[in-house]
Amino acid sequence: MFQSLQDGLLSAFKSLQGKGKLTEANMRDGIAMVERSLVEADVNIDVVRKFVADVSEAAEGRRVLLSLRPHEEFIKIVFEELVNLLGPVDNALALRRGEMTTIMMCGLQGAGKTTTCGKLAVVIKEQKLKPFLIAADLQRPAAIEQLHVLGKQLGVGVFSKEGATDPVSVCREGIAAAKSAHADVVILDTAGRLAIDAELMEQLKQIDRQINPNQVLLVVDGMTGQDAVNSAKAFNDALSLDGVIMTKLDGDARGGALLSVKAVTSVPIKFIGTGEHMDALEPFRPEGMASRILSMGDIVEVAREAHRMIDERERKAIEERMSKGVFTLGDFRDMMQKLRKPGLMTKMLSLMPGMGELSKIMGNVDNEKEMSRLTGIVDSMTPNERRNPKLIDTSRRNRIAAGCGVQPNQVSDLIKQFDMIGPMLQMATAGSTSDKMKMLQQMQGMMANDPFNPLGGMKIKGNTGKRLTPKEREKLLKEREKLLRKKKRG
Amino acid sequence: MVFWRKKRADTSEPTHPQSASTETVPTNRVADDSKNGPSEAKGESPQQDGRAGSNSAESTDSTHAKKVGWFRGFLKKTNDVFNTDIRDLWKSEGRLVDDEFLSDLYAILVRTDMGPSMATSIRDSIRDQYRGRKVQQSEILAVIRERVAQSLKDRGGSLKLAAEKPTVILVVGVNGSGKTTSIAKLANRLTKSGRRVLLAAGDTFRAAAVEQLRIWSERIGCDIVTADSGADPGSVAFRAMQRAVDESFDVCIIDTAGRLQTQSHLMQQLEKIKRVLQKKVPDAPHEVLLVLDATAGQNAISQAKGFSEAAGCTGIVLAKLDGSAKGGVIIPIAEQFGLPVKFIGVGEKLDDLEEFSPDEFAAALFS
Ligand SMILES: Nc1nc2c(ncn2[C@@H]2O[C@H](COP(=O)(O)OP(=O)(O)OP(=O)(O)O)[C@@H](O)[C@H]2O)c(=O)[nH]1
Ligand SMILES: [Mg+2]
Repeated sequence: MFQSLQDGLLSAFKSLQGKGKLTEANMRDGIAMVERSLVEADVNIDVVRKFVADVSEAAEGRRVLLSLRPHEEFIKIVFEELVNLLGPVDNALALRRGEMTTIMMCGLQGAGKTTTCGKLAVVIKEQKLKPFLIAADLQRPAAIEQLHVLGKQLGVGVFSKEGATDPVSVCREGIAAAKSAHADVVILDTAGRLAIDAELMEQLKQIDRQINPNQVLLVVDGMTGQDAVNSAKAFNDALSLDGVIMTKLDGDARGGALLSVKAVTSVPIKFIGTGEHMDALEPFRPEGMASRILSMGDIVEVAREAHRMIDERERKAIEERMSKGVFTLGDFRDMMQKLRKPGLMTKMLSLMPGMGELSKIMGNVDNEKEMSRLTGIVDSMTPNERRNPKLIDTSRRNRIAAGCGVQPNQVSDLIKQFDMIGPMLQMATAGSTSDKMKMLQQMQGMMANDPFNPLGGMKIKGNTGKRLTPKEREKLLKEREKLLRKKKRG
Repeated sequence: MVFWRKKRADTSEPTHPQSASTETVPTNRVADDSKNGPSEAKGESPQQDGRAGSNSAESTDSTHAKKVGWFRGFLKKTNDVFNTDIRDLWKSEGRLVDDEFLSDLYAILVRTDMGPSMATSIRDSIRDQYRGRKVQQSEILAVIRERVAQSLKDRGGSLKLAAEKPTVILVVGVNGSGKTTSIAKLANRLTKSGRRVLLAAGDTFRAAAVEQLRIWSERIGCDIVTADSGADPGSVAFRAMQRAVDESFDVCIIDTAGRLQTQSHLMQQLEKIKRVLQKKVPDAPHEVLLVLDATAGQNAISQAKGFSEAAGCTGIVLAKLDGSAKGGVIIPIAEQFGLPVKFIGVGEKLDDLEEFSPDEFAAALFS
């Protein structure tokens, strides 16, 4: 019995890996979905096409897990490549200790430069360094005043020059003022400008050339559309940027422009702005941003879970334990827990050939309560008992039941169940179709006649296929949303 | 600025949009394609092969990049992709409407920020009408421009002035979209046309926002009601209305703090400001103008939705159209929410505000 369970599980795992491969044809749906989603997220169309073409070329021939459809496998790969492309993480401001660091901000009008100057000052203060601000936006009315207000609020020095018209000289005088104020980091707030405005871009180059800042940061509005490639390229050509900050990501903008900017500049993304308050600046995290831009969290999550379940290394470990004959109830519990993700096991089982029926039988194991009962019972066993359930006599059974607060017969049910699933798995994955049917009928008969309710959940529910109550489903949905939200925030 | 003006100056296409569309639309049924399509298609094929050849050469290149670490290669190569011009779509002899053409056309449409749905629908209608035929740039562009202009015209309209003064205009939008500057430009325009304008500095949140509007009012020479930073924007609005009525101003324009449409408490604040306005002038506000940034992408649709629901927008000001962004997202916005664009911002100076013209906008989309 025990051996057959092991074999059954093993072959189940093997079959989950599947034999299918990604091909040009079966990736087509996935490509279309990804393309559309990225364009919807405001990634530049040329960037989208190049990216998707490169990813699909690289993905061709990769294995498709049996439990996944090709487009799901493809989307998972896309997600991973998005993370790669947006990364690597480099949140450092490259501040020079013992020497003054100069940071210059640039960007289009209304991107959020001035506010971001204030936020950076906060970050710098947190590092026990002294920031200093220079108001070099001489264009927009009250831009200087705005920086002064922020400076006062944060207790940070601000240099400005009333009536000045030349930002270069303002910067130069400001740097001198910063030095005499013993500042560690100086931030230059420049005027917003259009990348096609040659005159103003030349002015920016002049500041860059004459002040020679250590860092030039581009501030990009999170709601920017297709044009992001043009402005980012122009700023990068003029100033050779050192980093990018994307603002206004506290709303529902997907921020695809960040991918466009990264694609044309390849400079690291440092921070994201997530609110109007001065502490709303977060270190950039590629994972969160990739999932926000791609917005296919559900599919990515399922696909990753599927991969996690049959992770090559883990599978090898299980295989080894099985071949040594040490696959125990403890391993069974761990495996069940791996499969515990709501709805996932049922989905996986139903996608395995011949396993549809089994998934109906096992359906309720998806249920959180049943799962924790199963876990609890196994947890109350001694390692010896887990290894060899035959040891469990009446007194042991009573002890286990008391240990986890169930009825003694529920302990026996679990063990019975454990013994039962083995041959089923094996049959289902190896036997002929008629064998499977025969066996399933036999099993169903056995279980239906069982006066006890094995595990409370592993019962046959006829052909309804229904597994979750509306309440359970709602809970599930909430959990998933929570996960997505968490990802988005990240 | 100059760029925008120049753009408009040389959009005088050889074919006039209106006349072109009335000629082409009736002759484009499928039956026609089968009559004159094939022979032209054959004539075109050598050129098609040539193009395909150059494409595959490019993909061999990227295979190499993949081995190095594909995305590093990707980063380098994307820099070369962006010089695509609408004119590249056509050689002087015209082009065959095939998959490649349609794919290129889709990209050109998407680059205007009109969004994937709109671009798909326009591409598909071109496909259905012209598939297999050889077309000229002017012909196709005229059809697209006509369609775009039409959907913008259907919801057109200029600034509504109330029969009885004051006309009250509430201005809303996300952070940094160009509200305050647009208000200054609008106030300047109305002042120049002989109206007495009162501004209300309702952005009491952002640092120095009140000061920003005050400086503009001085430059224009119009009156302004201000409050200290942190004051209740409702009370500023109320005082402004009182003064506008008492001193019989023609127009009162109310600035508001930038906010994201997802911040529900701040959206409720807009409703409250509206109620305050109505206490003094029952049919106020006569206009609720949503200021959209022309560089914005698809999120502008969510902005139009959110602000319309909370504040009942009556029109759009499309700011920053003097850059290289096309502002195409106003097309789906006009279609979905029936929101007309009333003005465009084309620079940072006081007179850089123009009335919106659907035809000119449509023409500039693909220039
Ligand atoms: N080039 C150009 N810049 C503009 C235009 N309209 C506004 N701007 C600039 O965009 C920036 C932001 O404009 P504001 O008017 O302060 O925007 P806002 O919506 O009031 O911003 P907040 O009050 O901070 O939410 C300023 O630098 C303006 O000069 C325009 O039509 N073209
Ligand atoms: Mg403002």
